Parts: sequence; C-alpha cells; structure tokens
Amino acid sequence: MLVQALNGLQFGILLFLVAAGLTLVFGVMDVINLAHGVQYMLGAYLGASLAAATGSFWLGLLLALPATLACGLALEFLIFRHLYDRDHLAQVLATFGVILTLNEAVTLLWGSAPLQVATPALLEGGITLMPGLQYPLYRLAILAAGLATAGLLWLLVEHTRAGALVRAGASNRPMLAALGIDTSRLFLLVFGIGAMLAGFAGMMAAPILSVEPGMGDTVLILAFVVIVIGGIGSVRGAFLAALLVGLVETLGRSLLPELLRLVLAPSPARQAGASIGSMLVYIAMALILAVRPRGLFPARAG
Amino acid sequence: MAIGRRAVLGVAAAGPLALPAIRARAQGASVKIGLVAVQTGPQAALGTQLRDGFLQGLKHTGGKLGGLPAEVVMIDDELRPEVAVTKVRAALERDKVDIVAGVVFSNILAAIMRPVTETNTFLISTNAGPSTFAGRGCNPYFFTTSYNNDQVHSVMGQAATDSKYGRVFVMTPNYQAGRDAAAGFKSRFKGEVADEVYVPLNQLDFSAELAKIAASKPDAIFTFMPGGLGVNLVRQYRQAGLASIPFLSTFTVDEATLPAQGDAAVGFYSAAPWAPNMENAANRRFVADFEAAHGYVPGSYAAQSYDAAMLLDSAIRKTGGKLADKDALRAAIRAAEFQSVRGNFRFGANHYPVQDFWLCQVAKRPDGKFQTETVRKVLENDTDPWAVECRMR
Repeated sequence: MLVQALNGLQFGILLFLVAAGLTLVFGVMDVINLAHGVQYMLGAYLGASLAAATGSFWLGLLLALPATLACGLALEFLIFRHLYDRDHLAQVLATFGVILTLNEAVTLLWGSAPLQVATPALLEGGITLMPGLQYPLYRLAILAAGLATAGLLWLLVEHTRAGALVRAGASNRPMLAALGIDTSRLFLLVFGIGAMLAGFAGMMAAPILSVEPGMGDTVLILAFVVIVIGGIGSVRGAFLAALLVGLVETLGRSLLPELLRLVLAPSPARQAGASIGSMLVYIAMALILAVRPRGLFPARAG
Repeated sequence: MAIGRRAVLGVAAAGPLALPAIRARAQGASVKIGLVAVQTGPQAALGTQLRDGFLQGLKHTGGKLGGLPAEVVMIDDELRPEVAVTKVRAALERDKVDIVAGVVFSNILAAIMRPVTETNTFLISTNAGPSTFAGRGCNPYFFTTSYNNDQVHSVMGQAATDSKYGRVFVMTPNYQAGRDAAAGFKSRFKGEVADEVYVPLNQLDFSAELAKIAASKPDAIFTFMPGGLGVNLVRQYRQAGLASIPFLSTFTVDEATLPAQGDAAVGFYSAAPWAPNMENAANRRFVADFEAAHGYVPGSYAAQSYDAAMLLDSAIRKTGGKLADKDALRAAIRAAEFQSVRGNFRFGANHYPVQDFWLCQVAKRPDGKFQTETVRKVLENDTDPWAVECRMR
C-alpha cells in the first residue's frame, strides 16, 4: 500500500513536469497547444541521441535542455506566433498538424523502433522497500527532480518580476498589454520554458519508458486532465492535480480489482476492475468539475 | 490514395540478371506480388522486418520466383483496416498482382481476407495467424507461414508445466488478444494461477503491478506485452529487482524490441517456432546474409516472410510457372517443398503450419547485439487446436 502510494506520487511528479509547461502556455497565452506532447517526445529523443553521442547521460541531459528550448522557440516563431489571434479550433487544428508532422519526422530521422536509454550508473540499483521488491534509485531521483522543479517554478512565478508578468498575463492579458508590456516577448519566453519543461520530463522518463514515436500522445491526454483539474494557468493547481491524478491512477488500478472481488467472481472482477481503474481518473475529473467548474485553483479572475 | 513504392526486384536485386528479366516481362511471363507491410506509425518496425525478410528471400532466388521474374508492389496498410482494403483492391484491379503476401496484424488480415480471396487470388499471411481463419473460417485461397496465435501462448503454458512452476502470475493487456493470451497460456498450464492482472493498452508505468507481483511471490510470471508496452515492462521489471522471478512471455521480447530493451531483457523467456540461432543450413545462410544486408538481427517477422518467398518459389516452380491454374498452384503451395529456416515445416489441413515450438531465451551475442536463442523443444509437430473444425472446400 505504501509502495503503491509512492508509485502514485512518482507518476504524479512526472505528469506535473509535463503539465506545468502546458498550463503556463494555456493559461498565459490562451493557446491550446496539443503539440506539447510532441515536445515531450522531442526531449526524450534529443536526450537519448545526445546521451549516446556524448556517452554520458548527464551531458546528454544538460545539452538536451537548450536543444528543446531552441526547438520550442523555433516552433513559437514559425507557427504559434500566427495562432494567438485565431480561435481555439484553428489552434487545435494547427497544433494537431504539428503532432503529425513531428511524429513522422521523428520516424524518418530515428526510425520507428523504440530507442534505449541506459539508467545513469550513479542511479543504478535501488532500495529494498519490501521483501523481493526494489524501488529503483532512479525513480527517487525523478521524485527529487520534480520537487526541485516545482520549487524553482514556484520561486520564479511567485517571487520574480517575470513571474509577476506571467501571473498578470494569466489573469488579464489585454490589461497587461495596455500597461506597455511587450507581450510577444513574454509569450516567447513562456512558450520556450514550457517546451523545455516538457523536454526535461521526456528526458527524465526516457530510462524507464520506451522512447518511440507517438510516446507524447498518451501523456498529453493525462496532462490535459491535470491542468483542467488544477485550474488552467495555475502552477500550484497543476502540482496538486498531478499528484492527485498519479495517486488515483495507481491506487485505483491496484486496489479496485481487489475491492470488486468482494462482490464479483474473481475473473470478471479482475477485468471489470481493470476497466474501471482506467476510467477512474476521468470520473474524478468529472466530479471535481461538477463541484468546481474552474478547477481547484483557477488563475483567471472572474 | 496512391500505392506506396514499387520495386522491380528483378532489376534491383541482381544486376547481371536485369536484362533477361526485362525481356521475360516483355513476353508477359512474370509474377507480381502485393506485399502488405505496415510502414507508418509506432509498429512500422515490424513491417520493416517483414518486408526485408521477403526481399531477402527474393535476393536468394535471384529476383525470381519459380523461374519467373518477380515484381513486388509494396502496400503500406498504415495499420488501418479501411486503408488496407482500398490499397489492396487497387493492387488487385489496377496493378493486377498475382499473389498477396505479408500482413503483420490480425485486424488487417481480417479486413483484406474477403477482397483478396473472392477474386480467387492467393493470400499468404507471413505473420498474422488468428483463430478465425484456422477453424470454420478456413479458406482454400489462404495460407499462413507463421502460426496460430493461440498455439504460441499455449506453448508457454506447456513450458511452465514442464518446468514444474507451481504458481504463475498472469498479466496481459485488457483487450481481446490479451485475454486470448491468458486463456491460451492456461490451456496447457497445470499449476495454479497466482493472480491475473489486466492492464490498459496504453499503460506506461507498471510500478503498481510490479509491487503486486513482488507481494504475491509467484514461481514465475506469464505476460504478453507487444511493442512499446513490452519495452516499458521489461525495463521496469529489471529495475524493480524482480528478475529473479522467471519472466515467461509471448511477443514481448523479440528481435524487434530487443534493441530497446537491451541488457534488461537478458535471460527472459519467449515461445516461438524459430530463433536466429537455429542450426540448419537454410537458417545460417538467411541470418548471415540478412544481417550483412540490413545491419540488424532478423526476428520472426523476417524469418516467416523469408520462408514465404521460398515457399512461393518452390510452388511456382512446381507448376511450371502456370499461375492461372489455381488448383495446381494450391496443391503446390500445400506441398511446401522448400527448406524452411525452421527445419520442420508442413501445412495442416487448414493451411496453417504444423511445426515444432521452442522455449527461447534472450542472450547477448559476442558482438553486443541481442537475440532470442532456443533453450529446448516444447512441442513437436504441433497442429493448432482449431484445425479439426476446418472443412476445406
């Protein structure tokens, strides 16, 4: 049970890394960025290639960050810049196009077979949580990295001038522009950081998940669930919602079949439990939205 | 929608043979194969294996099948049944292909089955082997050079019984093929199933299930996690320190996923009718030439397609190149007078192979690449369980 809770937390942290960038972009810029998952995938691929080229995971990680930042800035400059004044449908269509294009480009460049990224030697091994089961050190490192990122983001958003602008942008954008703030530069910055966060998440996930084309698409759906639950534009909301989604996902999957076994025969209980377990996140989202239609911590005023 | 690339293999494969090949085409005596292989999306690696295997076979026959210059029309099914049907119809009607071969996934095979066989064209599946066409749905124009899916899972059940594992933990994805895998395993497993867990098809993180496995302390686990699912599971299983529990699997560790699984998969088990290390002349030649040409280790997808090319070569030669005489061609295919890379190979009454099945284990080769290697023969000359229901017309 404790182990499952830890698993849930760790999955939640990974989700947070993806969702944080998404909520910033969505909240501040009011752009639906379906291509965020692709940026996560790019991070994993760039990290994997750079780690292979330099022979060191850490060097790969270090180089992948500016690389994903550059990709994000290029995307903003070439595509997203032209979408700010369009409606959401146009944004969805355009960013969906970006998904298709980049997924295909990745297949062309790296091939369609999944890539392998070795766990760095420093974080090899694990600690024994219960007899026969090791908790890999690397997963603890993901927890630590996620918490550190959350802390850094909190500092950046709550206690710096740039952060104040971001918060202001999230709550009332026309007013911010009227006050003489260069919103297009702010947007470029936010988008770049969002892309870098996604890339960082992808790179961190690479040693435990398979690096393959389309890997971002599954994460993207959960990341949207997270930001909707958390309240669009709110980093704090995204953090709590990510932990919540991680816990509900993991605990639901592991406990539901057992619970259903009390009322059903074992075999149908297992199948029904598994099915309901994967629905649970969305049920939780529906419930939360029924009570708080704007999410847990809405950023936008009135 | 346009058909993908075409390759005139008589020209591409063998330079010196090019001239006679073209002359023969002018006389109309040639054979056109429509090769269905997924080239789009995350499963494209499997389609690539399938394609390269078939083309390797054609290289060994000098770009000909039974003496006729062969032309291959590539068909990318995009893993979408409706796309597959459209493209295969176009290949039949516009390109006038004589035979359709390939197909990685069962749902694609199910979609193109009627369009192909209704035109009295032979369809040779080189991977997909669903039960649907093995029993009552067997078809005189359909052959497969792979296996019946249920067989492979049951082989692992037999292997677990032979290894005297008392309690086995079963984990498969929550969809039809996943439930079939669990049922197939249990059909020959005599011990106790410690627990059955079904996971969503898009599962990324297995830590919840891994904790369950550790808590239930089984003698072994049985799993069926194709593609990226298997890559994630194998790595996380190893990282969680569970590798001391034998990992029995089907379609989870194979040559298509091993490059991504690497060291994490070493020592894990799978069941198959073929492995790259099999000791026979045909297989040694196939594996050596395939690796030299393509730079990666061939998997079962490639091996079964290579066999299909060799099968067609033998059959067309037997009929003297008369493709129009369908009954003669069917009899010649059924005779299967070719050297399979698997050693033993013949067709059962339902046109599915009757063959040996092996327990295989992942090993790292001296050159640093990974492959599955045979451990022991589990079933000999095994006929799939549906063959008795087939009444071939």
